[in-house]
Amino acid sequence: MENLLHQVFSGIATGGVYASVALALVMIYTATHHINFAQGEMAMFSTYIALTLVEAGVPYWGAFIITVAVSFVIGAIIQRVLMEPMANAPVLASVGVFIGLLLIFNSMAGWIFGFTLKPFPSPFGEGPPLLGGMFSRHELGSTAVTVIVLVTVWAFFRFTKLGLAMRGAAFNPVSSRLVGVPVARMLALGWGLAASIGAVAGIMVAPIVFLDPNMMAGILLYAFAGALLGGITNPAGAVIGGFLVGVIENLGGAYVVGSELKLSLALVIIVGVLVVKPTGLLGRAVVSRV
Amino acid sequence: MPSLLEAHGLHAWYRETKALHGIDFAVDEGGVTALLGANGAGKTTTLRAICGMIRTQGEIHFAGARIDGQATEAIVSRGIAHVPDGRGTFMELTVEENLRLGAYTRRDRAALARDFEHVFTYFPRLQERRRQQAGTLSGGEQQMLAIARALLLRPKLLLLDEPSFGLAPLIVREIFDIMGRINREDGVSIMVVEQNASLALAIADRAYLLETGRIVMSGPAKEIGRDEAVRRSYLGY
Repeated sequence: MENLLHQVFSGIATGGVYASVALALVMIYTATHHINFAQGEMAMFSTYIALTLVEAGVPYWGAFIITVAVSFVIGAIIQRVLMEPMANAPVLASVGVFIGLLLIFNSMAGWIFGFTLKPFPSPFGEGPPLLGGMFSRHELGSTAVTVIVLVTVWAFFRFTKLGLAMRGAAFNPVSSRLVGVPVARMLALGWGLAASIGAVAGIMVAPIVFLDPNMMAGILLYAFAGALLGGITNPAGAVIGGFLVGVIENLGGAYVVGSELKLSLALVIIVGVLVVKPTGLLGRAVVSRV
Repeated sequence: MPSLLEAHGLHAWYRETKALHGIDFAVDEGGVTALLGANGAGKTTTLRAICGMIRTQGEIHFAGARIDGQATEAIVSRGIAHVPDGRGTFMELTVEENLRLGAYTRRDRAALARDFEHVFTYFPRLQERRRQQAGTLSGGEQQMLAIARALLLRPKLLLLDEPSFGLAPLIVREIFDIMGRINREDGVSIMVVEQNASLALAIADRAYLLETGRIVMSGPAKEIGRDEAVRRSYLGY
């Protein structure tokens, strides 16, 4: 029983990472109707930036904030330079750009930082597990950071004028321009924000899985499964789906398929959702009357 | 009466296809201009050209400034609100969020709160449905929402693209009554595109008749309404 609970909590901790990446995927999907396959590699690259800063002697949280800011700029630049001209391009062209970005970030990280696994520091310290031995310090700390990020992002979109304008620009760019919203700028902000969220996820998961250029490959798959499970059109659903996939993955790995085959669970979830309930648990087929 | 909006030699294209062939028109300060014509004549195109949504050539002057070639957001911020064909509803957002987006360019909070109250006096149904997803509104309600959203911009000029399209006659009447009040009571100039010519001519003071991208007739709305050819082709009596 204790072991089961431990697996659940540990699943929630990694689930937080999936939830963050799933949210980033949904944000881009809402605006472009495509999955940004490079989202994970962008996060991985950000994590290398953080490690470089920490190794250069920058205090951990300073490096954290700088990395999040730099990632934001990189995301916004990608939107302005690569995605903006692709706005009316056919689906395959967009997919090609995403795959290209994935390969570029992956190879660039290997070329600049090397292909070896690198340990990544945790700001939450070593020491005995907390909460009755259920959570390691890093799991607890990273879950807290993830939850803070997710709640902040939710509040930003829900309560601020800028957040509303960004949602409007993603849903309906033509009408947004007609009410005076600078749509191109909003989409660039969206990409920046998604890249920042991904960076936090990368930094939080790196101490657990170690950092290498392929660190996010599996995580992107889990996150995609989470986004689909919760509903690719619903940010809150994607977040819940991310946490669920974390728990399912951990329990399945511990009791059902073994840790070697864990990743296949993500594929089972993806196929299962698409076959049984394509809108996901909370996704809505948007009602529109004419 | 001075013109609020004036276009001279306006051409417009959809990609390679030319849709307007050098037209001239004007909207008076405080006036209502009707743009009539059959399907495909270029009515919607004209409104899109004013808002910089398509490629144009020629001059457009609004409130003393040249606006052709500017970005849509910049043109809108000068005080031109556009109720597009298809109503342009933000389906996924609530009614209230749709309205708040309409006020995106506004910085004057106190006046904005009064304007919200004001548009709700025109459209009380929208107030009842503030929290509802806009995509679930009926066609008439979405048309009201589109006009309310446009009004919250506090425009000098309101462009309306087929406000009667697909609506029951009673609702059309209500919407045209409110358009008249917006023009008289709020002092908003209007340019309305309509297939239903008699409706549009009833509230307009000036009218233009478009045929395949050219203006074939223009003048005071009363005279256009009396014209034999217009009556036969567009008014049906």
